[in-house]
Amino acid sequence: MVVKQSSANYNLLTRSSALETRIFPELSDDRGDQGSPPPRQLQAGVTLAKRYAIQEVIGIGGMGSVYRARDMHFPSVTKLVAVKEMINSAPDPLVRETIVQNFEREANLLATLQHPSIPRISDYFTVESRSYLVLEFIHGKDLEAIINEANGFLPEDQVLSWAIELCDVLDYLHKHKPDPIIFRDMKPSNVMVNHNGDVILVDFGIAKTFQTGIKGTMIGTEGYSPPEQYRGEATPSADIYAMGATIHHALTRRDPRLEPPFSFSERPIRRINSSVSPDLETVVNTALEYNPESRFGSAADMKHALTAVARKTGALVRSPQTGTIQASGIKPLWSFKCEDEIRGTPTLFQGTLYIGSYDNNLYALGAADGKFQWKYPTDGGIVSRPALFEGNVYIGSEDKRLHVISTRSGKVVWTYFTNGPIRSSPRIAEGHIFIGSDDNHLHAVNLNSGRMAWRFETADPVRSTPFVMNDLVYAGCETGDYYAIDFRGELKWRFRAKRAITSSTVGLGQVLYFSSVDGTLYSLDSRNGWVIWRFRLGKASISTPCVIDDFVFVGAADGFIYAVEAKSSKEIWRFRTEHQVNGSPVVYKDSLYCGSVDGSLYCLEYRTGRLRWKFGTEGAITGTPLVYDDIVYIGSTDHQVYALLA
Amino acid sequence: MNKLFRWLSRLFGNNQSSSATTQEIANTAPLTEQQIQSIVTNQNPRFDLQQLVSACGQSVGKQRDLNEDSLLAITTTMAGNSGNLPFGLYIVADGMGGHQFGEVASNAAIRTVAGYILRKFHPYLFHVKTDTMEESFQEIMQAAVTDAQRAIQREAPGSGTTLTAALVIGQQITVAHVGDSRAYFIYPDGRIEPITRDHSLVKRLEELGHITPDEAANYPHRNVLYRALGQGEILDPDIFTIGFPQPGYLMICSDGLWGVVAEQDLIRSIVDAPNLQRACQNLVSAANTAGGPDNISVVLVQLIG
Repeated sequence: MVVKQSSANYNLLTRSSALETRIFPELSDDRGDQGSPPPRQLQAGVTLAKRYAIQEVIGIGGMGSVYRARDMHFPSVTKLVAVKEMINSAPDPLVRETIVQNFEREANLLATLQHPSIPRISDYFTVESRSYLVLEFIHGKDLEAIINEANGFLPEDQVLSWAIELCDVLDYLHKHKPDPIIFRDMKPSNVMVNHNGDVILVDFGIAKTFQTGIKGTMIGTEGYSPPEQYRGEATPSADIYAMGATIHHALTRRDPRLEPPFSFSERPIRRINSSVSPDLETVVNTALEYNPESRFGSAADMKHALTAVARKTGALVRSPQTGTIQASGIKPLWSFKCEDEIRGTPTLFQGTLYIGSYDNNLYALGAADGKFQWKYPTDGGIVSRPALFEGNVYIGSEDKRLHVISTRSGKVVWTYFTNGPIRSSPRIAEGHIFIGSDDNHLHAVNLNSGRMAWRFETADPVRSTPFVMNDLVYAGCETGDYYAIDFRGELKWRFRAKRAITSSTVGLGQVLYFSSVDGTLYSLDSRNGWVIWRFRLGKASISTPCVIDDFVFVGAADGFIYAVEAKSSKEIWRFRTEHQVNGSPVVYKDSLYCGSVDGSLYCLEYRTGRLRWKFGTEGAITGTPLVYDDIVYIGSTDHQVYALLA
Repeated sequence: MNKLFRWLSRLFGNNQSSSATTQEIANTAPLTEQQIQSIVTNQNPRFDLQQLVSACGQSVGKQRDLNEDSLLAITTTMAGNSGNLPFGLYIVADGMGGHQFGEVASNAAIRTVAGYILRKFHPYLFHVKTDTMEESFQEIMQAAVTDAQRAIQREAPGSGTTLTAALVIGQQITVAHVGDSRAYFIYPDGRIEPITRDHSLVKRLEELGHITPDEAANYPHRNVLYRALGQGEILDPDIFTIGFPQPGYLMICSDGLWGVVAEQDLIRSIVDAPNLQRACQNLVSAANTAGGPDNISVVLVQLIG
């Protein structure tokens, strides 16, 4: 965009047009009626103004498309041009007129400029409700696409050289005679990088109204524009701020349009991309100063500062990634070795830790010292979490049974048989034990009698742990069907995910949260099963979410631990582990604990996702940590249970 | 509903297992008849009797000739898969005042957003559907806002509008919000809580600590928005879901109301009124008494039962 009549000092003269407006009434393919579907794009093969043969769409903007076309005035060579279209479909004649005026202004302005980083304009015409600018065709990509498609961060020296070129063109515009030109819309999508690696500034603003000082008028692009530009002031200093914002975006890959305005200082460059030199960060910070007086005095000054950085870091030797705090400093309080993998999760009750192992045993260990108290053998692997109720411990086993064991003696009280292996953990509520089984049923078992109250037939094995809230029992199964069942065993409502729901449910404030192998974290209204939001995870998930404050945490097979805002489903942070995250995160005080198949237990600051420490085990961790009295307990497939200081 | 499900199970050959389940209940019944009855009576009032009540009020104000605000309020119930669910859609849009085509923008915003949402819910409102929708409330809201963004860029390019839309289904309110109209929760005990955040320059400066709340009240550029429907290429509306206050009110209004009437007077106008209609009239006249510098729009909603 270009400033026309904002502040008194920087007016641009609207001189008589160097290009005449021609009207071609014969091409009337679009009438732009109110309420009509979005106007069609031109098809390949259409010839505009008997000269420009449209080849394909190369960009889409709010007002129309940009096409690559061949200029047929050069029949023997293929001369390509960019044809920028502006569809004027406003029903109101006043609006239409304003739009055409703005478009003409851009054309006239471009015609007066000459700089290697500014595209040359060769023609301008209007066909019915569409106006066209014909510009030099740039072989290349815009900077936003380059940022988005890059694998990791762009190299600093690359960004640096582009920034220097951009400052040069800004300097040219700001020194324009008789009046300076303010670009006003510096951002990565308005910067093209051509096949030579040189930058070209595009989009000098099609059809935006340039009223200022009037309520509600916005100029520039949110996120990149400085505070004073929101008030309608456009000065060279505003372009310098947007230049800083553009470099910040390129170095950090954080799109400022998705952040609150003027919040760059909350995202220091080197905290996101530690490979950037402190000198470059300083230059960018100066450009992004809140007060215009604190920024560079001119684009030329900024260019000098950038050049100085380039000279200094010329032979840039990047400092190696500062290593994370390793496990070396962390020693477990105790560990205990079983005879096979531990895939499940421990429970603690009155100083005793209960945990099942794939060696078929349920172990009772002293929580303080890890001392063996007793073990109870089942006939199958135990992969779930025990439940405790009135002196008894309840655990399902792959031997198809629910076992009830006395915590005092370690002897069986009763067992309950299902027709399939049990991988679901028991949930005790309202005088019943609710548990899923691979026999395709959800079982409700009377706590006192040990007999079935009812069982509910599901489409597939139930491996998730039932959740009880609002007098309803909620559980997902391996087809992706999800059931809400009342205490009489009657279906209240049903929901279906695309793949298995192995994750258990957590509920808070009438809302249910669970993840699915379809790669989605779901939020459902507990009363009726309507979907409140869906959050896309990178891959499948069997991890049970953890909900605290306004955060929902969950792991996924893509190796990330995600933090999502419960109200809005916006991602707050994500943390990458080295392998799948199949266990569930838990929060204790201000830390989040979560294991990964990479073998480590991670401790993160839960509001920011910053790593506090990690502890490596010899095998994958698939269970969920338990934190109690400042001690974290975790089982690993290296056969061991560890107790660590939280 | 249960009967229908049982009948369907029978129809689809699920007969055996469901009768087996019934039999086992008969044999082992852990809950006595009284227990079952008490569970049923305890949950019935919560599930079945809920309904929404709403009222609205609008005025051009005392100092303007043109109304650039647009307002929509739809209150009904929806036959869901767990009984009749309250369904409500409430929207206030304030076309950028002083701007040439504000009324076109606010009107297009209301039409497009409401049209999109009602088309989505049409099968649920007018046919009996047992499955819930695959898309989430928030995805529907997002798509409706994107649709409205395009409609405004088509119908009145360069113009803009605020939009505060609340979709109520059951007890959940899903809000889409852009600009400086506001949604509030108001509680009978006199508490008032804004649930939206203004996308205005003045609010942002206040958040950043560059100006104090007192300075904000007299800030010369109070009307400048940094986010508005119709403006910018990427629109990032605030979309969130929150439980309906019970007891309490949901209020959505334009700055013609919240900008001129003090919070305490807002609360009194509502809590002292015999009904919602009167409350809305009170609010509109309070804004006009205070000078009526801008268009006034207000919607009040209550979830009862």
